[in-house]
Amino acid sequence: MATLQLDKLKKCYGEVEVIENLELSIEEGSFTVFVGPSGCGKSTLLRMIAGLEEITAGELRIDGARVNDATPVERGVSMVFQNYALYPHMSVEKNIAFGLKMLGLPKDDIKRRVRAAAETLQIEPLLKRRPSQLSGGQRQRVAIGRAIVREPKLFLFDEPLSNLDAELRVTMRVELAKLHRQIGATMIYVTHDQTEALTLADKIVVLRDGKIEQAGTPMELYLDPANAFVAGFIGSPQMNFIPVTATGIDGGIRLKGSEMGNLDVVPVGQGWSKDMTLNLGVRPEHLQVGSDFPVKFDIAVDVVENLGGTRYVYGGTAGGHQVIAETRADAIPRPGDHLTVGFDPERARFFDQQGVRLRNALPS
Amino acid sequence: MATFQPLFWALFTMVVGVFGCVAYFWVSNMLLDRAFPARGAQAGRNILRANAIRPWLFLFPAIAILGVYLIYPVINSAWLSLHGSRGQEFVGLDNWRWMVGDDKFLESMVNNLLWLFVVPALATLFGLIAAAVTDRIRWGNLAKSLIFMPMAISFIGASVIWKFVYDYRGEGQEQIGILNAIVVGLGGEPQAWITIPFWNSFFLMLILVWIQTGFAMVILSAALRGIPEETIEAAVLDGATPLQVFWKIKVPQIWGTIAVVWTTITILVLKVFDIVLAMTNGQWGSQVLANLMFDWMFRGADFGRASAVAMVIMLLVTPIMIWNIRNARAEG
Repeated sequence: MATLQLDKLKKCYGEVEVIENLELSIEEGSFTVFVGPSGCGKSTLLRMIAGLEEITAGELRIDGARVNDATPVERGVSMVFQNYALYPHMSVEKNIAFGLKMLGLPKDDIKRRVRAAAETLQIEPLLKRRPSQLSGGQRQRVAIGRAIVREPKLFLFDEPLSNLDAELRVTMRVELAKLHRQIGATMIYVTHDQTEALTLADKIVVLRDGKIEQAGTPMELYLDPANAFVAGFIGSPQMNFIPVTATGIDGGIRLKGSEMGNLDVVPVGQGWSKDMTLNLGVRPEHLQVGSDFPVKFDIAVDVVENLGGTRYVYGGTAGGHQVIAETRADAIPRPGDHLTVGFDPERARFFDQQGVRLRNALPS
Repeated sequence: MATFQPLFWALFTMVVGVFGCVAYFWVSNMLLDRAFPARGAQAGRNILRANAIRPWLFLFPAIAILGVYLIYPVINSAWLSLHGSRGQEFVGLDNWRWMVGDDKFLESMVNNLLWLFVVPALATLFGLIAAAVTDRIRWGNLAKSLIFMPMAISFIGASVIWKFVYDYRGEGQEQIGILNAIVVGLGGEPQAWITIPFWNSFFLMLILVWIQTGFAMVILSAALRGIPEETIEAAVLDGATPLQVFWKIKVPQIWGTIAVVWTTITILVLKVFDIVLAMTNGQWGSQVLANLMFDWMFRGADFGRASAVAMVIMLLVTPIMIWNIRNARAEG
C-alpha cells in the first residue's frame, strides 16, 4: 500500500506539453480512476507513474520519497496493459512467475506465490497453457495475476477492460472491485468509460488536454460538477444543456428559456450577472415525463430508447433544442407525440458561456 | 558498331521476353474463352471447364521451365552418377563406392560439416546483435547500410578482397595483408594464413560470415520491430534488465524467424564453392563438396564422379530446404 503525490508534474514531447503542472495526491489503499476523452493525457500520466515515460519537470513521490528517476521495480509498481501484454512464448505459470524470477526469489517461494495468485483469480486450471490458447477474459486474468503476484505497493491499470466484450466487461469490473477490497492495495485505473469510473472509483480524476478538470468522489462529480465538461462527461446519457437568459429581480435572478416558464434562483459566489445568457444543465434522469414539476415544457418526441425498466425519450423543444428525458411509465411514447417534461429546480446546474459552473441557491 | 551489337541483342531479348510472356497469357486466355464460350446452351458447363483449365494454362510456363532446368538435371545427374567418366558405360554403384573411400571426399564432408555449424551460427548471432544494437542508436541506419554492403558484393569479389586481407609476403618483405601487418606490428611472425590446414577453413568461413551477417541483420531487425512493444514494457515493469529483455522476451518471440535465417544460410553454406575456389581451390585441406564436384567435372573430366558428388549435395540440401519452406510458411 502506498500514498502517491504528483507535484507540478509536467510532460513535454519536444515543444508540445501533454501534461501541464499537475497536482494530485492519492491516498493509501484508494481506488483512483483517471478518466477523460482520448488524447487527454491519462495514459501518459499513468506511464509516468509506472516509470515507462520520463518526467519532464515536477516531482513524483511514493510514500513521501521522490521516485522520478527510480526504476519501476524500485517504485514498487505493477501494471496491467490494455492488450494484456502477456509473453506469448511462456506458459501462464511462467508469465506470472517471470517478475519473481527477475527478483531472484527461491524456486519454492515462486511456486507458492504463483499458486496463491492463480487461486485468487481462479485460473489454476490454465497454468500450463500458452496465452494463445486463452480467451480474452482469461488473458486479462493472467495479466492481473502477473501484477498481483509481486505484491506491489501500487497497481496501475491501463484500460484493462476495453478489449473485452460488454458482458465480460461488467463481470470483470465487479471482480476488480472485489480484488481491490481483498488485497486493499492502492490502485490507479485509466479508462475513457465513465461507467467504469463511476462504478469502481473511490476518487475520479477527470482530465482534459493534460489538465485536471475536477477530482473527487463519483457522487461529487455527478452531483456537483465543477464545469460543463465534467457535467457532460460524467453520467449517461449526457446531461441536457438548455440556453436561458437572466434578468435581475429582487433578491435574485430570474431565468427564462425560450421554451420554459420562469425559474428564480439566488446566486451564490462569483460569475453571475444580470442580463447574461447561460446554460441550464439537467440530467436526463432528472428531466421526467409528466406535468407535476415546478419547471416544465413541451417536447416533440423523435426517438425512444426503451431499456426495459426505464425509457429515454429524445425530443426537440419549441425553441429547437434537443433534450433527453426519462420516463418509467409503462406506456411507451411514440415518435411524433407531444409530451410535457419537467424537473425539480434543485436538480438544475448552471454554467456560463465558457462552461464555468455558476453556483446557486433556490429562493425560500 | 560492333560494341553495340551485344547491347542491342540484350535489349531485343528483354523486349521479346517480356512481350512474349504478355502475349502468351493473353492469347492462351483468349483461346480458352473461345473454346469454351461463356454463353449459349452450355454456358454453365463451359465456365466450369474453362476455370478448371485456366490455372494450368497460367502455371504452364513456370512448370515447364522448372521441369527443364531443375527436374531434368536432377534426374540426369542421378543417371550420370551410375555411369562412367564419359557418361556412356553403365558402372552401377562404382562411383559411389569410390566416393566413400576417397580421402578428398571425406575431407570435403568434414569441412562442409564445419562450415555448416560455424557460418550459420556466427552469421545469425552477429546479425541478431547488429539488429538489436543498430535499432537503439542514432546512427543505426548508417551502421546497418555498412553491415549490409557486403551482401552486394559477389562471392568472388569478396574473396579477392579477403585475399588481400590474408596476403602473405616472404620474411623480410613488407606485408601488404592487413592481418599480417597487424601481426607484425604487434611483434609477431607473419603467417601464410590460408595454407594452415584446419584453421584455413575458418579463415574462409569468416568471408561468408562477413557477407551473410547483413542478410541476417536485415531480416531479424524487421522481426524485432514486429514484437509488441507492450510485452517489452511489461518485462521492464517485471524488473528485467535490457539484456534479460533481449534474451528472455525478444529472442524467444522471433525464434521462428531466427530458424528461417539459420536454415537459409545453411543451404547457402552447403553449396559454398566460389570462396573456396578463389582462395585455396581446395588445397591445404580446405576442400568442400561443391568445389570437389567442380574439380571432377571440369578438371578431372569425370561426369560420373562429379554427378555422384552433386547428388550428395542435393540430398543434404533437400531436407533443410523442406524444413525451411515449412517454417517460412508458418511464419506468414
